[in-house]
Amino acid sequence: MSEVKIKRSIVARLIPWLTSLAKKGPSGWMVIFGIVVVLTLVIMTMIAPWISPYSPRARVGPIRDPPSVQLPIGTDPLQQVLTRIIKTPKPPPSPQFPMGTNHLGQDMLSRILSGGSLMLQISSLSVLVCFLIGVPIGLFSSYVGGIFDRTVSLVIDAIYAFPGLVIAIAIAAMLGPGVVNMALSIAVVYIPSYFRIVRSQVLSIKELTYVEAARAAGAKWHTILVRYIFPNVIPSIVAVATINFADAVLTAAGLTFIGLGVAKDIPDWGWDLTDGRAYLSSGAWWIITFPGLMIILLALGFTFIGEGLSELLNPKLQR
Amino acid sequence: MPLLEVDSLNVDYRTVRGTIHAVEDVSFSLKKGERLGLAGESGSGKSTLGLSLMHLVPYPGVVAKGHIRIDGTDILKLSENEIRFVRGRKIAYVFQDPMTSLNPVKRVGEHFVELIRTHEPTTSKEEAFERAKTVIKNLGILPERINDYPHQFSGGMRQRIMIGLAIALNPDLVIADEPTTALDVIVQAKILDLLENLRKIYGLALILISHDLSIILERCDRIVVMYAGHMFEYASSTELHRVPKHPYTQGLLQSIPNIELSDQKLAAIPGSPPDMLNPPKGCRFWPRCFYAKKVCHIKEPPLIDVGHNHLVRCFLYSEEGASGE
Amino acid sequence: MGLRTYIITRILLTIPTLLLLLSMVFIVMRVLPGDPVDLHFERRGEPWQLEQMKRILGLDKPLWAQYIDYLWGLVDIGYFMEHGYPNLGKSMHETSEEVGGQIFSAFPATLELAIYSMIIASVMGILLGVISSKSYNSILDHLIRGFGTVTYAVPVFFLGIIFQLIFGVYLRWLPTGLRINPVVDPPATITGLYTIDSLLEGNLIKFSESLKALLLPSLTLGIILSGVFIRLTRTNMLETLRLDFVTAAKARGLKESTVTYGYALRNAFLPILTMMGLQFAMLLGGAILTETTFSWPGLGRYIVDRIEFRDYTAIQGAVVMFGLFVTLVSLVVDIFYAYFDPRIRL
Repeated sequence: MSEVKIKRSIVARLIPWLTSLAKKGPSGWMVIFGIVVVLTLVIMTMIAPWISPYSPRARVGPIRDPPSVQLPIGTDPLQQVLTRIIKTPKPPPSPQFPMGTNHLGQDMLSRILSGGSLMLQISSLSVLVCFLIGVPIGLFSSYVGGIFDRTVSLVIDAIYAFPGLVIAIAIAAMLGPGVVNMALSIAVVYIPSYFRIVRSQVLSIKELTYVEAARAAGAKWHTILVRYIFPNVIPSIVAVATINFADAVLTAAGLTFIGLGVAKDIPDWGWDLTDGRAYLSSGAWWIITFPGLMIILLALGFTFIGEGLSELLNPKLQR
Repeated sequence: MPLLEVDSLNVDYRTVRGTIHAVEDVSFSLKKGERLGLAGESGSGKSTLGLSLMHLVPYPGVVAKGHIRIDGTDILKLSENEIRFVRGRKIAYVFQDPMTSLNPVKRVGEHFVELIRTHEPTTSKEEAFERAKTVIKNLGILPERINDYPHQFSGGMRQRIMIGLAIALNPDLVIADEPTTALDVIVQAKILDLLENLRKIYGLALILISHDLSIILERCDRIVVMYAGHMFEYASSTELHRVPKHPYTQGLLQSIPNIELSDQKLAAIPGSPPDMLNPPKGCRFWPRCFYAKKVCHIKEPPLIDVGHNHLVRCFLYSEEGASGE
Repeated sequence: MGLRTYIITRILLTIPTLLLLLSMVFIVMRVLPGDPVDLHFERRGEPWQLEQMKRILGLDKPLWAQYIDYLWGLVDIGYFMEHGYPNLGKSMHETSEEVGGQIFSAFPATLELAIYSMIIASVMGILLGVISSKSYNSILDHLIRGFGTVTYAVPVFFLGIIFQLIFGVYLRWLPTGLRINPVVDPPATITGLYTIDSLLEGNLIKFSESLKALLLPSLTLGIILSGVFIRLTRTNMLETLRLDFVTAAKARGLKESTVTYGYALRNAFLPILTMMGLQFAMLLGGAILTETTFSWPGLGRYIVDRIEFRDYTAIQGAVVMFGLFVTLVSLVVDIFYAYFDPRIRL
């Protein structure tokens, strides 16, 4: 009974918030759209065990040999492709396997349904770490100011300027595979973003009169930070966080592609995308296409939320 | 035929949050060589009105209704290409802030050459440059400085350059939007004198837009008083000064400080201009008007002719107003 | 301030940043938990193997000595003159091989890819961004913005694979992998960029073949990067188009194209360019993935291969190389900006 009450009150507060968001024009719609997409994917991943037609690891379809040779230069390509297509026993999308099967005979649809799990875990964890480290450092450093702030900023800027994927590769290579390790490697790349946005906000708020007033009234620095400055910084952080999510998803996919991903047997969109490459030349397009689309969808969802939020918070372009 | 005829002009800004009626039902005319003043507070719509005379209202502004006739031609009906030749040549605009009105990456000379060769393509570069030098010399700037960049000039000099660009092609009408607001008082007077001299030399008509009624009274033949998009009063400057009819105009006149009075309280009109997204119903001035009656809350007053070419938009002068409640 | 002063100051400022960068790489690769040699042998190495490798690579010295060696190797001009590349240590995979040499031979391929991708991305980005800003809030605007957003969300290697599929396998128009059709010999190395070198040689066949090989990878990377550029250009243009001098120009009756390009874009151009330069780091990240997809023999593929070999000294060298590259590019961009801004110049 109390569960129903809780759900009802959440929903009751959610709906007016959503409608007010919708009223704010195209930016609001972007946010809503993004939230819908992301939620759908999250829910899909969560209920996958119940709705998958097969277990993602079960080899239920016919097994195919990986193709061994590149098409030789000069021979009639269409002929080669057709021969290969006809010869290999291949299960493209069919009523039994709506998204086809991969070379191990695993049903793609089932793999797609649960494939987001790793990616969501890794990106959530990395965003959390980024937030927990980047925001406090940003708040503290910019509030304190002086040489300390400038030194920290210098270090952060150096990281920020560095190509993100390279940093992630360097760290992931040293730490090894695993969800936590990947999350950490990605987190390091994006901590500077949080730091910078927090810092720019704090610097502009720090000198405002009401903060001075608080200081004059004898408030301690941590009180000022937490009670006065932090609440104003939250909106920008949320916008950065959502875009951070999208980047994390893409970086995680990139790391997997390079071979620094997680262990092999867990169904993962990034993994299928990497793995399925070898079977392209025999015409098995479905192994990479669906995982790829899912990654795009997830990244897009977060990007829409983030962009919509930034536009709402920064109505410079609205008259 | 008058040079400029504005007929029931309506300009709206269509924003996400609602439509702002920035200019509503404004009509006036201007003869060749005449000086018209557009007076009003910030947000009264006078700048929008000025820009619309060249059909240059920025997005999301749009001319909703009305006609603007230059020498008989309704410029609102002209295509972009056609009106291009009116701008800069027949009508010129001098913008408010000289610090930001010139292209920072182009030399001053290039501004002129571009202008001249756009409207008179047969002019050679050298010819255009010579003409440019002549113009700025007449404005009191050394002709050698023609190759300098805008940021190398002071505010007052940049404003002269703007004016130079405006009169370079000998237009029939110059619209000056708050030409002195961004400048200090001494430079202000010089610039206004300059405009007046040029007007006499070239036979220009001048529209002076300003929130400073004292300047307008001094330097204009006829005056339009704007408030919240509406034209409240339209009369010659002498008439307006002697017998201001609209309560708003009276308030404005009273609030001009008089240097000869040693002991003067600064009189201001109580209240502040309305929110244009949600203006008051009826006459837009009623919340601040000493004479407001019931009818002012309900209906918008019509434009009433009180004689001597003097129009007022106020119920005080209509039958309805005169009858009391 | 004066251009000369600015350049000198800026170069001097690079030094502490570089030092910081190099130190951070060192910390990550050596100080973080995990001994690189140990990891190389996957923790299954015999003690004598570990010792031998450490000796050869100079990793048995105390940490501070390694740090000095590491920094010295980069500034050792004598070594550079002798070998033609800086001392970045020896490879763990083949201890007779110098990492510096491998990196320098792989680098030009990445440089060439980066240049062409940047060109494609910039041209697409600026053009579409300008069009988008001019037709603000129209359907075209939304379409272009949508395109820009979607390209950002597409993993670059996914796009690369799709391109390979369509153009390389199905249509067989263009080669996949390799910088130039193996039937044709690569041109003599002057700049290391096949396209430039073949032009310098006067050999048009080599030029067209190397261009064909470049097309897909640079198109892939260029399109993905253009998404960001479109947004950058659009935002900057929208801001600039609202500035007074633009309206003033229109008020003088100047042509629409003159106003858009001569007034708006010319003023927005520098900030746009600078921001594009800042995205260079992103380009390099994408280059790694693109090279892997297309088997392009550049620094990106080098680092990925080395990961497989667990060649940590090589990985470190490559990471340093990337860092140096980015720092250099941002220096050049800043100087370029200062040169063209008349307000700094005078």
